[in-house]
Amino acid sequence: MIHPADNAFLSLAGISKRYGGVHALNNVNFQCERGKVHAVLGENGAGKSTLIKIISGVVRPDQGTMVLDGQTVNFLSPSAANAAGIVCIFQELSLMPDLTVSDNISIASPPRKFGLIDSKAQRLRAEELLASIGCEDVNPLMRVRDLPLSRRQMVEIAKALGKNPKILILDEATSALTSTDVEKVYAMLARLKAEGVAILYISHRMHEIEALADNASVFRNGRHIETFAKGARNNEEIVQLMIGREISAHFPPKPAFKRPKPLLEIENLSWENRLDQISLSVGRGEIVGLGGLDGQGQKELLLSLFGVLKRVEGTVKLDGAKQELTSPRVAKRAGGGIALVPEDRKTEGLMLPMSIAENLVLASLDELSTGSLVDEAKVSTAVADAIQRLKIKIGSPDDAVSTLSGGNQQKVVIAKWLMTKPDVILLNDPTRGIDVGTKQEIYRLLRELADEGAAILFYSTDYDELIGSCDRVAIMYDGRIISELEGDAINEKNIVSAALNISGNESKGGAHVGH
Amino acid sequence: MSATKSSDFGLRLRQNMGFAIAVVLFSVVYFLYHLAHPKGFSSQVLVQNSNEVFSLAMLAMAQTVPVLMGGLDLSVGAVMTLVDCLASHVLEGAGWSIFGGIALCLAAGAAAGFVNGCVVVFGRIQPIIATLATGAIYMGLALFLRPIPGGKINEDINWAMTNALGDFAETVGIFDDGKAPWFQFFAGVPTSLVFLVLVAGIIWVPFRRSVTGRTVYAIGSAEGAAFMSGLNIHRGKLAAFTLAGIFAGIGGIFMAIQTSSGNADIPMAGAYTLSSIASVVIGGTSLLGGTGGAIGSIFGTLILKVISFNFRIFDIAPLLQPLFEGLVLLGAVSLGALSILRVKNQLELFR
Repeated sequence: MIHPADNAFLSLAGISKRYGGVHALNNVNFQCERGKVHAVLGENGAGKSTLIKIISGVVRPDQGTMVLDGQTVNFLSPSAANAAGIVCIFQELSLMPDLTVSDNISIASPPRKFGLIDSKAQRLRAEELLASIGCEDVNPLMRVRDLPLSRRQMVEIAKALGKNPKILILDEATSALTSTDVEKVYAMLARLKAEGVAILYISHRMHEIEALADNASVFRNGRHIETFAKGARNNEEIVQLMIGREISAHFPPKPAFKRPKPLLEIENLSWENRLDQISLSVGRGEIVGLGGLDGQGQKELLLSLFGVLKRVEGTVKLDGAKQELTSPRVAKRAGGGIALVPEDRKTEGLMLPMSIAENLVLASLDELSTGSLVDEAKVSTAVADAIQRLKIKIGSPDDAVSTLSGGNQQKVVIAKWLMTKPDVILLNDPTRGIDVGTKQEIYRLLRELADEGAAILFYSTDYDELIGSCDRVAIMYDGRIISELEGDAINEKNIVSAALNISGNESKGGAHVGH
Repeated sequence: MSATKSSDFGLRLRQNMGFAIAVVLFSVVYFLYHLAHPKGFSSQVLVQNSNEVFSLAMLAMAQTVPVLMGGLDLSVGAVMTLVDCLASHVLEGAGWSIFGGIALCLAAGAAAGFVNGCVVVFGRIQPIIATLATGAIYMGLALFLRPIPGGKINEDINWAMTNALGDFAETVGIFDDGKAPWFQFFAGVPTSLVFLVLVAGIIWVPFRRSVTGRTVYAIGSAEGAAFMSGLNIHRGKLAAFTLAGIFAGIGGIFMAIQTSSGNADIPMAGAYTLSSIASVVIGGTSLLGGTGGAIGSIFGTLILKVISFNFRIFDIAPLLQPLFEGLVLLGAVSLGALSILRVKNQLELFR
């Protein structure tokens, strides 16, 4: 534990926060100073976002105290934190898309005349704030909805500056920006720093942190691991600090590595600015993992293979035959069949009020019907088979699926797609929020399915899972596959370095900005 | 630094396309109506049209506020009817008691709207079902006040409100009983039209420019972001429903004055509610919330009404009228749906 520095502006002591049985933050002590940029580092789920949510009043800690400028504070809402000078630029934008830029920038406390909003003054204020971050090209009368993502992010920054922050928190605030914008943001941060603002900077781009940060703190599994000054640690050491944890699940043995003939072939797939020239293949009997930090295009890749995205460029082949995947219904029937276990089982995977049996057969109704009528006899055998195969713990197949635990609900989603006997199985983070026992069953099942000849493409935010269960792992960064690992090369160090793109092949995103 | 005036105008026009189309469409059709009418462009026709429009225009403004917030208020017709029945009891007398009666009616409308807001905010019930229930209750109260149609309204106020400004001045005794020379230019303007403009200018315009008003827009646009921006969500919702109650109440007062009686007519209340939703949509307000405004809804009402005016003039089979209104409504909604063609992630269509 570090003793509070005399010049700490904000200091957190013994902060804990639990969500259900999971410690998002565990007895965390943390300080930051005025006029310094303080980087916060950690893997997915290390507790960074919980930390900033607590500091900015979105979430209240279960335990611990927060002292701001010598005063103990306890924020009940984001506006209370704002009033105390703590302003956060969130990753998920806090802009209202139907309102204009100037409305958004002054939303909480607009300039007023006779009690009413003074739209002229408001507009001038928006122009000044936008100009201060070099964003004169945005007309304050535009609706936020009509702006591209990078401009919205700049508006979000202008909005935060308008609140005269004493502590400014940037949570991946540069991820959507162009490199010229990033330079402008750097210049703005330097200015604020000189004015004595404390800046908390959360970014997965190691180059940005090198360029900007005065201090850095590493978090892991909800704990504060270490705080060090700029230059005290090299990249390798930082990665080591971020990893260092024990394996928490057991995986079925992998077969000896060999590359089978490809079944699913993806060539130069691009979509909007989220997928960039992706080429990848998955063979029969192979489990290929998709890794990388959250939000680098993994979900979009799976969605595009399942026909959800429109106007996707590039080609997708199954067994050498080119496919036009225009909707999930088409994808389901393409070649030997594609299945997607979606990200959010509650909205995209299940009809919660409908029964377990009804949910299970929903994707394979065509096969279970005679003419246009559903064949009840076929349905009940199929449902019984599925429940037995996945060992789903249920009272009766006629109970609503919402009565099941999270793990069993996920099994229903997987079973539903296995009933279509797909050749290609896509999974979008299938073990998120699931207990360890069910996770292990899912790993075993995936291996069984691969052995039976399925091609499996599997996105996971959990590196252990990728290491333990995949034959190959493709790491995505900024919409591209930047590294493909196989055999012994699939280890935590390689995955983390590739995910942070610090293997020396940095190419875009404004990372090379010296200050 | 500021962009040029003309490009700002273009931007505002593009952002309010639905409203602009409603204004142009109404102006053209209404001009044709006057051309074809034997007494076209006369004060008499204007007064008659304006009186027919007023109550529905009020309901359309009432409906606009909850819709901007992303909800629907199915009780506006019932609130109007309730206030109509109340007015038929309290607007009988003369002099100052009239003002007291009007204040009471406005308070009743506001109270009904406030109750709606409380049910939605504190009961956490979706607006559509909350107001379906409270609407039925308000209808019950209206029937209690007027089991059978009847009652009486002060005759002077009836005369003053449902004619031209000249008659209003004469009744109230201002501007030399309306004979002042400078006043003659305005004497032919319908009184109800003037009040419509006044209500919009005195209540709606300041509301829209207040922090609470903008909170309503923000809630309809992205409630989560509005909360994260530190806006008072509860106050915004309560204000939206209360304001809807006030507008519906004004509609009820005028209906009582116009008909000189109170009538708890259940089918009429339902029809007015549905027409108010149609007016809002035709006037360019999105049912998803966040964009549009009450002035647009007034023009939505004008379009709906001008259709029926034309049916009378051109002697078209009245049975075709609902069909035609339906087509206009569909056309208005389709214009708003054009942006769906640009969606590239099909999952977004279901969110």
